Amino acid sequence: MVELTTAGLWLAVIASGIYHGINPGMGWPLAVSAGLFSRRAGGLFRALGLLAMGHFAAMVGILLPFGAMLTLFVWERQVRIAAGLIAIAAGIYLLINRRHPRVLARIPPGQLALWSFAAATAHGAGLMLVPIYLGLCQAGDLDAGHQAAATLMTGNLITATAVSVVHTAAMISSGGVIAIAVYRWLGPKVISQSWFNLDIVWAISLILVGGVGIASIGFAR
Amino acid sequence: MTLRPDPTFHATAKLAMQAPVENFAYTLMLSADFSQPDGLAIVDVNPESKDCGKIVHSVTMPNKGDEFHHFGWNACSSALSPLNGHPFLERRFLIIPGMRSSRIYVVDTKGGPSKAKIHKIIEPEEVFAKTGYSRPHTIHCGPEGIYVSTLGGGGPDGTDGPPGIFVMDCQTFDVIGRYEIDRGPQNKQYDFWWNLPRDYMVSSEWALPPQFEKGIVPEDLLSNKYGHRVHFWNLRERRNVQTIDLGANHQMALEVRPAHDPVKEYGFIGVVVDTTNLEGSIWTWWREDGKFHCEKTATIPPEPAAKDDLPPLLQGFEAVPPLVTDIDLSLDDRFLYASCWGTGEMRQYDVADPMHPKLAGSVHIGGIARKAKHPGGDYRGGPQMVEISRDGKRVYWTNSLYSTWDDQFYPDGIPAAMVKADVGENGGITLDKDFYVEFPEGYRSHQIRLEGGDCSTDSFCYPSV
Repeated sequence: MVELTTAGLWLAVIASGIYHGINPGMGWPLAVSAGLFSRRAGGLFRALGLLAMGHFAAMVGILLPFGAMLTLFVWERQVRIAAGLIAIAAGIYLLINRRHPRVLARIPPGQLALWSFAAATAHGAGLMLVPIYLGLCQAGDLDAGHQAAATLMTGNLITATAVSVVHTAAMISSGGVIAIAVYRWLGPKVISQSWFNLDIVWAISLILVGGVGIASIGFAR
Repeated sequence: MTLRPDPTFHATAKLAMQAPVENFAYTLMLSADFSQPDGLAIVDVNPESKDCGKIVHSVTMPNKGDEFHHFGWNACSSALSPLNGHPFLERRFLIIPGMRSSRIYVVDTKGGPSKAKIHKIIEPEEVFAKTGYSRPHTIHCGPEGIYVSTLGGGGPDGTDGPPGIFVMDCQTFDVIGRYEIDRGPQNKQYDFWWNLPRDYMVSSEWALPPQFEKGIVPEDLLSNKYGHRVHFWNLRERRNVQTIDLGANHQMALEVRPAHDPVKEYGFIGVVVDTTNLEGSIWTWWREDGKFHCEKTATIPPEPAAKDDLPPLLQGFEAVPPLVTDIDLSLDDRFLYASCWGTGEMRQYDVADPMHPKLAGSVHIGGIARKAKHPGGDYRGGPQMVEISRDGKRVYWTNSLYSTWDDQFYPDGIPAAMVKADVGENGGITLDKDFYVEFPEGYRSHQIRLEGGDCSTDSFCYPSV
């Protein structure tokens, strides 16, 4: 049962990565642009690297604090509920406030890593991962009994890093495949065709993930 | 907010050229004596239509004395900027500033040409209060919203502080505030445009309101007091990074036309008149190793004329200056069109080599002394605001420059006209003798916008490949 849950959660980490990656809002068109401007595929790969760095930073920046908080045994349940509620609140906020964050347009074109970090953060991409991550920590800890806080902390932080790495790898692979396909074969016409307004789907995803995160606390106990 | 980007948004200029052609043109009408309200005329330009060359609908404003000049769309291909991350806008609203009143109209064009109607009016007080600027002019869609250049600062005559650019929200049309964080030596303003992915902006200088509102001030012109500098900006940092003085004799640097393909780091600017010899000129600016440069790359000589054929303003010179009042660049960056409003000539330059424009075509029409005729109607004035179809095959233009200036250069009046020329396969232009748009009595015509975008609207964010 624990193995199944763990496998399912890791699949969710990968799936959310693919989901983020194919969304042009997370940056693959910037990689196409970089490739076209430098007239070399090298420019495209460099841009993908920078986008991955930014996305990874946005993920790990949110997961680490939650991982640290989770070691406070007394508050564990509250931390999980809070994480779910924050994701739900972010989703509801994005549903009500349909305005796209303007600040992204102020980031200079040369600062791709910063742009990627800001885009992921502004859209609550990391929050989507938190309930999944907390689920993974929980699954791992179920039979761990009462380990020393320090050991648990280290375990959680390693998990946070691992989740961020796997998620970002999935994200940049899926986005990268599209970017390379557009750059090499499909041509820039696909860029305007690739945009679907996923605002509502995205917001609902956040609410769902948060809801499942909270519901799973009941099952686990 | 839409589910998909507007189909008239294109990633590259090349894709925009391949898109379906325009069926309608939007042309501004102004009442030069302010006796009637200004308006927007929607002109059928589909050669298959029985109404081709006719106004099929017009939107009349509720106020008088606005003085329409330039205008633009609420959204263009710049929405596809990969940095923007959210291209779900419609090319739907025309933002039309009143250059004299500082009032701004937002006209909704959705639902077809006969359905255009006023959507919102931004009163001058809102512009003054939120920006300290007055006399709004050029519109472009950029990072964070709609950019509007202004020609005046605060106060009744617009000289309280320098003019500049302000930003408007592209959905609510609220005036957000000033653009500039560091304007450097910039103290006059006219046109502006940019290279979005390369993150720079270029702006030009015409004059301050007292130098144009009541007419051209000959003493100011002859003492070189009109604008003659070009400013280069770090677009997103909102800083003036370099100012190039074209030389004080190069009076009135107006339209800024960057190459449409953002890979190219150059563009053009037109100078109305050289006060030492009455020449008009075209300048090429470019960026190299982070520095901007600007050089005169084409000149257009004045034409001698008998004193009796000239308005009082020009009689002392016994010559007609070409007066390069507008330039426009085709989407393939191949042909630059230059309106010689004084001599009555539309010139086409091949600018495949931007440092060496080659004259490739010419049409004579109107002119202060030439008075070249159009078979379709009583064309007066010269070629002025010029717009090129996206595919580069058709060139449209109107004939009025600015109410009070029209009267000084063409005292017999300039009834509104809009005409068209066809472009040859490898350059060359010929006047379409059958295309002549008649406007309602008492109006003059100014800038033209084409359905789905044209050659002075859209900013493209991806290289043409």
